[in-house]
Amino acid sequence: MIGPMTLRFEGKTMSLRSLRAVAAAAVIGLGALAGASGALAAGGEGAQEGGAHHTPQPPMQKWTFWGPFGKFDQAQLQRGFKIYKEVCSSCHSLSLVSFRNLMEPGGLGFNEGQARAIASEYEVQDGPNDEGEMFTRKARLSDAFPKAFPNEQAARAANGGAYPPDFSLLAKARTYERGFPWFLWDIVAQYQEQGPDYIHALLTGYEEPPAGAKPAAANLHYNKYFPNHWIAMAKPIQDGQVEYTDGTPTTVDQYGKDAAAFMMWAAEPHLAVRKQTGFVVMIWLLVFGSLVYLVKKRIWAGAKPKAIA
Amino acid sequence: MQGHSTYQPKSGLAKWFESRLPIVGLVHSSAIAYPVPRNLNYFWTFGGILMFMLVAQILTGVVLAMHYTPEATKAFASVEKIMRDVNYGWLLRYLHANGASMFFIAVYIHMFRGMYYGSYKAPREILWILGVLIFLLMMATAFMGYVLPWGQMSFWGATVITNLFSAIPGVGQAVVTWLWGGFSVDNPTLNRFFALHYLLPFMIAGVVALHIWALHHVGQNNPTGVEVKDFRKDTLPFTPYATIKDGFAMICFIAFFAWFVFYIPNYLGHADNYIEANPLVTPSHIVPEWYFLPFYAILRAIPSKLGGVLMMFGAIAVLFILPWLDTSKVRSAKYRPMFKIFFWIFVADAVILGWLGSKPAEEPYITYARIATAWYFIHFLIVIPVLGRIEKTKPLPASIAESVLGPSGGHGFPGGAAASPETKG
Amino acid sequence: MAATHDAAEPTRRDFLYLATGAAAAVGAGFTVWPFVAQMNPDASALALATSEVDISQIAEGQIITVKWRGKPVFVWNRTAKDIEEAKAVKVSQLPDRNARNENLAPDAEATDENRAAKGKENWLIVTGICTHLGCVPTSKSGEFDGWLCPCHGSHYDSAGRIRKGPAPENLHIPPYAFDSDTKITIG
Repeated sequence: MIGPMTLRFEGKTMSLRSLRAVAAAAVIGLGALAGASGALAAGGEGAQEGGAHHTPQPPMQKWTFWGPFGKFDQAQLQRGFKIYKEVCSSCHSLSLVSFRNLMEPGGLGFNEGQARAIASEYEVQDGPNDEGEMFTRKARLSDAFPKAFPNEQAARAANGGAYPPDFSLLAKARTYERGFPWFLWDIVAQYQEQGPDYIHALLTGYEEPPAGAKPAAANLHYNKYFPNHWIAMAKPIQDGQVEYTDGTPTTVDQYGKDAAAFMMWAAEPHLAVRKQTGFVVMIWLLVFGSLVYLVKKRIWAGAKPKAIA
Repeated sequence: MQGHSTYQPKSGLAKWFESRLPIVGLVHSSAIAYPVPRNLNYFWTFGGILMFMLVAQILTGVVLAMHYTPEATKAFASVEKIMRDVNYGWLLRYLHANGASMFFIAVYIHMFRGMYYGSYKAPREILWILGVLIFLLMMATAFMGYVLPWGQMSFWGATVITNLFSAIPGVGQAVVTWLWGGFSVDNPTLNRFFALHYLLPFMIAGVVALHIWALHHVGQNNPTGVEVKDFRKDTLPFTPYATIKDGFAMICFIAFFAWFVFYIPNYLGHADNYIEANPLVTPSHIVPEWYFLPFYAILRAIPSKLGGVLMMFGAIAVLFILPWLDTSKVRSAKYRPMFKIFFWIFVADAVILGWLGSKPAEEPYITYARIATAWYFIHFLIVIPVLGRIEKTKPLPASIAESVLGPSGGHGFPGGAAASPETKG
Repeated sequence: MAATHDAAEPTRRDFLYLATGAAAAVGAGFTVWPFVAQMNPDASALALATSEVDISQIAEGQIITVKWRGKPVFVWNRTAKDIEEAKAVKVSQLPDRNARNENLAPDAEATDENRAAKGKENWLIVTGICTHLGCVPTSKSGEFDGWLCPCHGSHYDSAGRIRKGPAPENLHIPPYAFDSDTKITIG
């Protein structure tokens, strides 16, 4: 099995080779066009962002949910959830995820009692009651995670004008450009983890700005992997900030992986069952396809001319 | 068209029914006895694959509509409810979303096959035009379907594409307002797009029926481009020969489809569409779905708004008149050495246009897009008409049978009808 | 080749066709299932399958209506007279002798004890759906001081049992439990 780890893409100088080969056959004008685009791709796309500082591609991580047999690592999701609960949730909502999801198979693997206990730590609004008043009560399994802020305006007001995005789908809503020919290779290698890779990179990408780099506005922070580098969120987590009970290292790098894995689960809770179903479907297609191929051969044998009689 | 056998109702009830509604006979003549050139290659299986895709899209679509809410504040959440809570909702939605792409992959192969083998040439002009009409309807359906999840790409794609009509001189803005039902893309737009997205596939099905009718009237083209002369020697009955071959090709195609659905379901989509539509923020880099990219590149290649829109629609319009642009007496590229080269240049041009469509609208991409756009039209308006006059074509085989067996051909063939004991029983 | 072809073929061919047909049938079956299953209640609907009711404010003789799974459930704090009337009826006189109580065995008899809450006989909790064709009956009306269905005239008594009219069964009793003296959970 070929993991995405082997596909690390360092430079773009070799891109467009095969496209050039196609174009070489073109007698008219197009050969030159493709050649020129190859040269352009070699130049990189830093210019696209208009900044002097190139945005590097996020390093690829090893994810348990990658590939045809990928599934979530239950312990990792629980760690990621702990990070979310203790660190991220003060600003970032998780509004599409319900407490009942915490006990779904293929996910965090909490039992009903644990999920209920977690739900009861949260207050949600309900109502109106018989007096017509809205009231708050402890959350139940059927409730979604309460929002960090009542609305976008409140969130912006509390965060210096920036809007902390909802985490429910963020792992699928973030990506980076792979470029030719890697985007084709990704089909074969089943690389769909751009989101988690980017999130992990972002969490580990805070560093001192290079000399001379100035933010466009005050209160922005330099991040190696953020497009344009200047991000409103300050470095959200430090080494040792969240306690792990299972001996996993409490480093920002590990936190980044665990939080990103948890966010991938939040965005795609049926990932494991999807891949398992896919395997069964593929096996069936192989068997059925082989049988149909044999039937096809047999039938078409009748259409072949017989030996000259 | 002559068939390999005719339906003879046996029982009294079958006779009674057939004399009142000859539908079994129709099915028999068009799906069983219909003569198929015996030399068709696997590129001819894509018609059947497209039929399958249309049915698959309609079935998954109807089911998704049972859970979807076409209302601007609820649409995004309702799609997420399908993905998270509805039983097998994730499967049905990924099938439908990736199915659209598969539909276009199949239709592009089908169209390029028609171009390569000259399938649009007389007497198949109407067949071809109906096909282009289906393609247009597919584009409209796919575009409106992409708006429904109400993500950022949905919203801004809808805004950009509907704004194309603002290029119409004089009434442009009024037309766009009419399309929107407001002063921006909003709830009324979403509602009507949903209604039309549900309607258009059935119109496609109607045109497909005409397409197949026309096909069965004039008969299929084949890799030699030589018409059927003796249907006993040159053709085989549709069932079982074409049925089983189409079936096998379909399974291979479904395996390709399933790879995307189960392993990389978001590969063909845009990450930005997992962010709910926000009328106040445009994503930094908006691109249409991959199947529109060549046309999008043509649109952006032209420095004038109206000109770009006209060229983009012109790129499709030119397909309608292709049967009359092609002056060649020979259909198949197999016997047209120069056309064969230009055909592949055209394929490369279309691919390059697609790549350029995904790039930001800045230099040097704009210049490339202009060259590639110019070539697109040169190919249809100059190369194809001129080539037909100056090209020295290779000798054609005397018949389809001869092309399969060589010049002595025809003798060893057991004859279509006799060769098909499998049709009975 | 041609000679052995015909002689050896029939069984092998039959097997191949049979296997292919079987594989197709299996595939079709599994493909149809998601299209059928998607119409069943989804995960969020199943999660809403319980309702909590505060009964501390229900006065004696009062009936309140709460919603459970999208349907009305009547919670009745019955008076001694209501209970008396219900107890006076012999099971043998009832059109439907089954208790229709999901908290009891399916063959429990329709006595008042089996209809009312266990150990709290003043509480009667029934689904407010007429067993005839699904209308909501009107409370405290009809000839038996229980419910009267306005649609087709079914009369229920003060234990929610059908006494007269077209309805075939007693009003159903949903699964419920007393969390405390003042709170019940339905479902």
